[in-house]
Amino acid sequence: MDERTNQNNPKKWYQQSGAEGDVVISTRVRLARNLSGTPFPAGLTAERKREVAEKVRGALKASGNAGDYDYLEMGNMTARDALSMVERHLVSPEFAQCEEGSALLLKKDESVSIMINEEDHIRLQVMRPGLDLDEAYREADELDTALDQTLHFAFDDRLGYLTQCPTNLGTGMRASIMLHLPALEERGAIQQLAGTVSKLGLTIRGLYGEGSKPEGAIYQLSNQVTLGISERSAIENLKGIANQIIREERAGRELLRRNPRFEDTVWRSLGLLRTARLLSHDEFMALISNLRVGVAMGIIPDVGMDVLSGLISDAQPATIMAAARRDMEPGERDAERAKMVRERLAG
Amino acid sequence: MLCQNCGKRPATTFLKKTINGQTTEAHLCAECAAKQGVGSMFGGFDLGSFWGSLFAEPDVRTAADTVRCEGCGHSFREIAESGKAGCPECYTTFYDRLLPSIQRIHGKTRHTGKAPSNGGEEVKKENEIERLRRELADCIAQQQYEKCAQLRDRIQELEKESGDKAE
Ligand SMILES: [Zn+2]
Ligand SMILES: [Zn+2]
Repeated sequence: MDERTNQNNPKKWYQQSGAEGDVVISTRVRLARNLSGTPFPAGLTAERKREVAEKVRGALKASGNAGDYDYLEMGNMTARDALSMVERHLVSPEFAQCEEGSALLLKKDESVSIMINEEDHIRLQVMRPGLDLDEAYREADELDTALDQTLHFAFDDRLGYLTQCPTNLGTGMRASIMLHLPALEERGAIQQLAGTVSKLGLTIRGLYGEGSKPEGAIYQLSNQVTLGISERSAIENLKGIANQIIREERAGRELLRRNPRFEDTVWRSLGLLRTARLLSHDEFMALISNLRVGVAMGIIPDVGMDVLSGLISDAQPATIMAAARRDMEPGERDAERAKMVRERLAG
Repeated sequence: MLCQNCGKRPATTFLKKTINGQTTEAHLCAECAAKQGVGSMFGGFDLGSFWGSLFAEPDVRTAADTVRCEGCGHSFREIAESGKAGCPECYTTFYDRLLPSIQRIHGKTRHTGKAPSNGGEEVKKENEIERLRRELADCIAQQQYEKCAQLRDRIQELEKESGDKAE
């Protein structure tokens, strides 16, 4: 686990900034696959889950890619480390709770993870900074094809790839884009947007916290329908909607710029982040969101977007504790967070 | 374990919710659970009955439940109540009874897209026809008429094969 918590060079995808980085934080493509003739993980004993894990691990070895991956058994992982991986979007929250028999194959640069025995036998996902759907899908597709050479995936001509939950039938593909939408949120446009995208087979929801106003104005846009639409079409569809949202968000930001209070808020946020001795998670997310939009709009000149991406990941509660390799009281964590933020934003 | 929202307090509430048919689960502390309106918005939110209604037709739920999946031993009622299949074979065993729910979730009932190397011959043929059609469009645009004719023949051939197989 020590490797996992060492978030130094080279920079991980979640510490970088990519295409359309002013609005898009990152891209993820996930494929669900199951072994034919084997009950889904919920119906397997720990022993049989381990057999599945060994098969998947063997398939990766056979494909010649195993050297790039670490193999982590969830039963041996502390809750702190597992939750930190959720915060860095390497695994799902459900998977962090998996224990005996569940395992993770994590690419050493953390850009690809293969969750074994989550809800399905295999959930492989590829993550990229910025808007990069084509590349993320290409890589996921390639890895899937490589595993397919050894493993016999459950598939039906009518229903496509078979998954435990019927919402994933068909391609088994969930493509997601993490968006920073402070201007649309400010305008109160998210609810309407959610209604519109759901009619187009997509879904948008807050990423941190599930309230009507998620922390940091960070949202996740994903395809919802997986049956009867090809991977390529689903990705084109998602890309089209994402580009419209990006345009709207940028237009909204230009409106914000006209309000002198906005520039003031951005600078004050930087001031607080550079000086605070205690930063709660909620306060941090609100301030970093203000700062991020200020940097994206060129109001704040000498802070890099990649520094902000890194902070949004590294200053999450379990990730702070994972880096320190010990549990902390909230107050202590708030001090640790403030220190990290001060150091990285030092002017 | 710690609350997945704030990461500060111990998790005491297990919250599961479905947005546009996508289910998310979270372990939350009492405070975060309250903030998210558990007890108001999700008060009385009974998972079993939700999934049950997602899956089962009323008449099916009361019908005799004797057929069991050979792959995992699940009955249709068990799948309907949990909202989850027991194994891949469940989808073959209970295909007709699951189809209405699948239609409701996706709006479609037939896969298009990738197929694994070990199967999906039909899907692959359809994908090949798609690919050839795109190639044909390019040919027409570039006025390569001889190649166009060949492509048309190949497409017709494949379409005939699929048609013969489909009934
Ligand atoms: Zn909490
Ligand atoms: Zn079954």
